[in-house]
Amino acid sequence: MSKNAKRDTPEQEEFRRYCRDWLASNVPAAPNFKPLKNGAEVATQQHLEYYSVWQKSAYDAGLVGCDYPVEYGGGGRTHCQSIANQEMLRAKTPILPGAIGLGMAAPTIFFHGSESLKQRLLPKLLSGEELWCQGFSEPGAGSDLASVQTFAERRGDKWVINGHKVWTSTAQFATWMILLARTDKSDKYNGLTYFVVPIKSELGKSVTVRPLIKITGETGFNEELFDDLEIDDAFRLDDVGKGWQVAMTTLAHERGAGPLTTPMSGGQGLAEDKDSKPKSERSEFPLIKLAQHCVRNGEPAIDDPVIRDKVMNMLIRQVGIKQNRRLRRVPGLADSQRLTLQDKLLGTEYLQDSAALALEIEGPAGTLSNFDSAAPDNGMWPLAYLSSFGGTIAAGTSEIQRNILGERILGLDKSK
Amino acid sequence: MTATSKTIQQPKDFGFDADALALKDVAEKFFQDNLPTQKLHALVAHDSNLEHGTVSRWDADLWQQIVDLGWLMVSVPERVGGMGMSAVAVATLVEQAGRAALPGPLVPTLNVSYILGACGTDNADAALSLICEGSTFSYAACNKSGSWEHDTSDLVIEGGKLTGEVHFVQDAQKVDYFLVNAKLVNDNQGVDTTLVAVPANAEGLSIMPNAIIDLTRDQARLQFDQTPIENQQIVSAPGKALEALRLATPALLVTISADICGAAEWQLQTTAEYARTRKQFDRNIGFFQAVKHPLADFMIAIDLARSHLYNAACAIDFEPEKAEQFARMAKAAASDAAAFGSKKSVQLHGGIGFTWECFVHIYMKRQLHSQTLLGDASHQRAKLAELILSQS
Repeated sequence: MSKNAKRDTPEQEEFRRYCRDWLASNVPAAPNFKPLKNGAEVATQQHLEYYSVWQKSAYDAGLVGCDYPVEYGGGGRTHCQSIANQEMLRAKTPILPGAIGLGMAAPTIFFHGSESLKQRLLPKLLSGEELWCQGFSEPGAGSDLASVQTFAERRGDKWVINGHKVWTSTAQFATWMILLARTDKSDKYNGLTYFVVPIKSELGKSVTVRPLIKITGETGFNEELFDDLEIDDAFRLDDVGKGWQVAMTTLAHERGAGPLTTPMSGGQGLAEDKDSKPKSERSEFPLIKLAQHCVRNGEPAIDDPVIRDKVMNMLIRQVGIKQNRRLRRVPGLADSQRLTLQDKLLGTEYLQDSAALALEIEGPAGTLSNFDSAAPDNGMWPLAYLSSFGGTIAAGTSEIQRNILGERILGLDKSK
Repeated sequence: MTATSKTIQQPKDFGFDADALALKDVAEKFFQDNLPTQKLHALVAHDSNLEHGTVSRWDADLWQQIVDLGWLMVSVPERVGGMGMSAVAVATLVEQAGRAALPGPLVPTLNVSYILGACGTDNADAALSLICEGSTFSYAACNKSGSWEHDTSDLVIEGGKLTGEVHFVQDAQKVDYFLVNAKLVNDNQGVDTTLVAVPANAEGLSIMPNAIIDLTRDQARLQFDQTPIENQQIVSAPGKALEALRLATPALLVTISADICGAAEWQLQTTAEYARTRKQFDRNIGFFQAVKHPLADFMIAIDLARSHLYNAACAIDFEPEKAEQFARMAKAAASDAAAFGSKKSVQLHGGIGFTWECFVHIYMKRQLHSQTLLGDASHQRAKLAELILSQS
């Protein structure tokens, strides 16, 4: 029995056993492409088909959306999603393509949507039959999210939307978008209203979705233009002018700090632990091996005392982050909120700085991309470094994270 | 503290149990009540003449209360009358003392109790009993260049007499005994690193105080001139002193790291308080990101250092084969956090931070001193690399 299982309620215990039984014979075969690590990476029709079949099958079995009420397509259970997540990760399942719907749209609709919206939207969201994307950021509204200018004008029981959203993952596949729009130009925070918008049915008409190429050369990122898109007032969440508060529900769940647990699966393609022992620090921390293999100026990089010092410093950061997550759960020894709010900043900056150090270790070989067969570590590090900026910019930049820490934990005046 | 071949899992909560929580709470309240910063300032900073850096400034009455609370024997094994508390409990106690910048030989005595515990001889147990009775100790091992290794002492015991100089001895004017690291010259077996307990008033011992920057400690060079050593003063088993020191090293690194983490939290809270109230350009300065972001970074550095601290402390009790690795990480993380935070604590106080009357310099000086004890951050990383690369 795993350590997690020891603390299960009777319902959780029974459900865990059920998940394990089902997963024993229902994890799909590996795809014929490199498995993706999260739903935002879904970029091709082939990806979409493979992962949508998996989400539907996990949903039909009751492993996705199990904590949502039955009338909204859920499983009607209590605190069972975390059990399903643990078991899916343990079984090394494929990722869920509907991550934005599951992690952001679903809890927002659940807490702020009308009864009929919940019944209409949640079942196909949970099953993955309809994908969602997030229409928050705009060319002029990044960190200062409340400055969005996309305007929704009321005409009777309809709204007419004009504007421009940007940096949107998976919009090219999405049926729906959660949209933060301005309904009153005179009041920054209270002039916002939150909608769910059918974009796929309006494509080529009042909605245009254009792909953006990321810094890595990859697609998957989009911008959307709205030109007199007309939607029904029934697609509004909560009251007119309450958009900011509704958006906070979305962002809290995006950070994993909301009351509902997001369905998550993954782990497909990770190396099997042969002896089921915990992974050694060395395999979790690839820079030592890299520094032993790379030659700088004729000597192994690890023999350069400056490189060695930097590698040890990075190892100390990596272990520190792990211990920080452990400390967070010890009451009386640590302030859990103070540690939790650091997590995004710590993790994303570590990925960035360790990738930069890998490039330094590689020296001239660090110039080689993943398309050059001579590249060390299959050329993963230049790409890892470039990708890392997604982490330090998205979902609240590192600068915004530092503001949050200074303001919420140290009580400093707000920088807005 | 013997290493076993079987990998033991650390408890998720670092072994931080009800006893540890109670000790932490009592210590926190004790220092708030008995050593507020105003009192500390009056105690150690009434005199700004650096020529007087040789003076040992402390409150002997306050120290007696600490002795009476039993805090010198928290890490002494129960079999010799100590409290035998977990390393994580000891770490949280020292953190609170560090937060108050306590002047007094708490860390030195705790460290000696760990070394004596690792010696495991009757003579070592007798010395531990002295600690239980309230006696204080400081470990003396550094050569003139301040080496952080355990086998570089210049002291020699020959024919029952101890001779030579030992440097950078902590709180030398305050302690009752020294635990001295010396080379014992045998009749025919050459030299053997040996640990001996020597009273501070021993014959032939001169304590020569250093003029130091840290106002909350004293430090000295000890001169031994034919100091007589009896057999019962030898606390290490023959040929086993270095092994005992190696076993105790993680605990020594943990106590000093705990002191640093506690002092750093004081620096963070004090500087944040200033940033919440000091107005420039019509705003509290904490509004400005040039002030806010370094404070957030300091908080993160402290919390990483504390996470390492408890991980290392827990390893001492539950995963001894990993304890040195984790303790070196902890000391590196704590030292770097202190260096960054000390700098910011003075800088962000602006003009007042540059004056003697502002309290931040007391902590900055204590941290500068602590950062070098038992090896600074880059030394710890060099030792960590040796440990890790030797396993490959």
